[in-house]
Amino acid sequence: MSLRQIELEVLRYDPEQDDEPRFQKYSVPCQEEWVVLDALNYVKDNLDGSLSYRWSCHMAVCGSCGMMIDGEPTLSCKAFLRDYGSKIRVEPLANFPIERDLVVVLDDFMSKLKRVKPYLIPKQHKPIADGEYRQTPRQLKLYKQYTLCINCTLCYAACPQFALIPDFIGPAALALAHRYNLDSRDGGRAERQEEVASHEGIWECSFVGACSEVCPKSVDPAGAIQQMKIASTVDWYLERLMPWRNK
Amino acid sequence: MSRKPYVRPVARTTWWLSKGRYVRYMAREVSSLLIAIYLMVLIIGLMRLSQGPAAWQEYMESLASPVAVLFHLIAFGFTTYHATCWFNVTPKAMRIPSGDDFVPGRLIILAHYAIWGVVSLIILVIAGVL
Ligand code: SF4
Repeated sequence: MSLRQIELEVLRYDPEQDDEPRFQKYSVPCQEEWVVLDALNYVKDNLDGSLSYRWSCHMAVCGSCGMMIDGEPTLSCKAFLRDYGSKIRVEPLANFPIERDLVVVLDDFMSKLKRVKPYLIPKQHKPIADGEYRQTPRQLKLYKQYTLCINCTLCYAACPQFALIPDFIGPAALALAHRYNLDSRDGGRAERQEEVASHEGIWECSFVGACSEVCPKSVDPAGAIQQMKIASTVDWYLERLMPWRNK
Repeated sequence: MSRKPYVRPVARTTWWLSKGRYVRYMAREVSSLLIAIYLMVLIIGLMRLSQGPAAWQEYMESLASPVAVLFHLIAFGFTTYHATCWFNVTPKAMRIPSGDDFVPGRLIILAHYAIWGVVSLIILVIAGVL
């Protein structure tokens, strides 16, 4: 196993000491097959125990280790050192307030997630005794891609609309709303529309497409949002052209 | 322990220069402006046509000026960029179920190029170029 000396330039912020963030450099002896998260763990274990960052699974499932790596929103557990130079710049996810070091404040994202009601709202109540809901492979295929979201918020860090208009509900929450809207067991679309089709919802999106480019799970939130725009536009026309349908 | 989250400043006017993908996005958005100007040139042409042969002749001559030719070349470049950008992302907005899967995105994109080609051909034939 070959060792490589890597210089990590990490943005640090201690709310008790600092007025603003500052970069700190660490020289880390790295194994060739390491990812950036391994290098951070090395720093924490051997060089500087005060460095704060989130991580859990180390396998691109938990969605907690997202950071800006050389300016790109990336899961640090998926960022192989062999794909980077000998100097790597690590910063907390863009567009979120910094809580401490690489830890960002996610309260706003959590409340947006809640607003789109990301759970099944059954069309009608069905007692358990009546058995399970059944779905064909085709019905599953319609929404499956959007279930793969791990709430890593990389898409928010990539979205310039979210940067400029922080009230924008944003890619992942909207994609999740779409996921439930498309589910044959669900009847909650009208309820979700209040948030989804509001000014802070899909219409803030100008289809930059950056969210889908950085998404580590190929969820394609940009696609979900455009599909919702089309569906909402169809609603608008139907409401006006066929008013009797509204009753 | 009290919290003191730090909010990083946003470069409100220069953000799009920070990455290639944002520059490409801005180029796509700016291309609409050139298309709008091009449409205005067309509408002025219609207006001149309604004013009689002399006005039309003048309009045609003004189109042959180097500035007009240069503008048309630039507008053509941006329009092509604009169109191809949107063609390439249509499969995202337009998922067509087929069996238990979807029609492949490549096919949808190809269909757009094919329709573009056919419509262009028809226009060129009507215009007497081909
Ligand atoms: S849509 Fe993709 S990038 Fe956004 S939170 Fe979900 S998994 Fe992460």
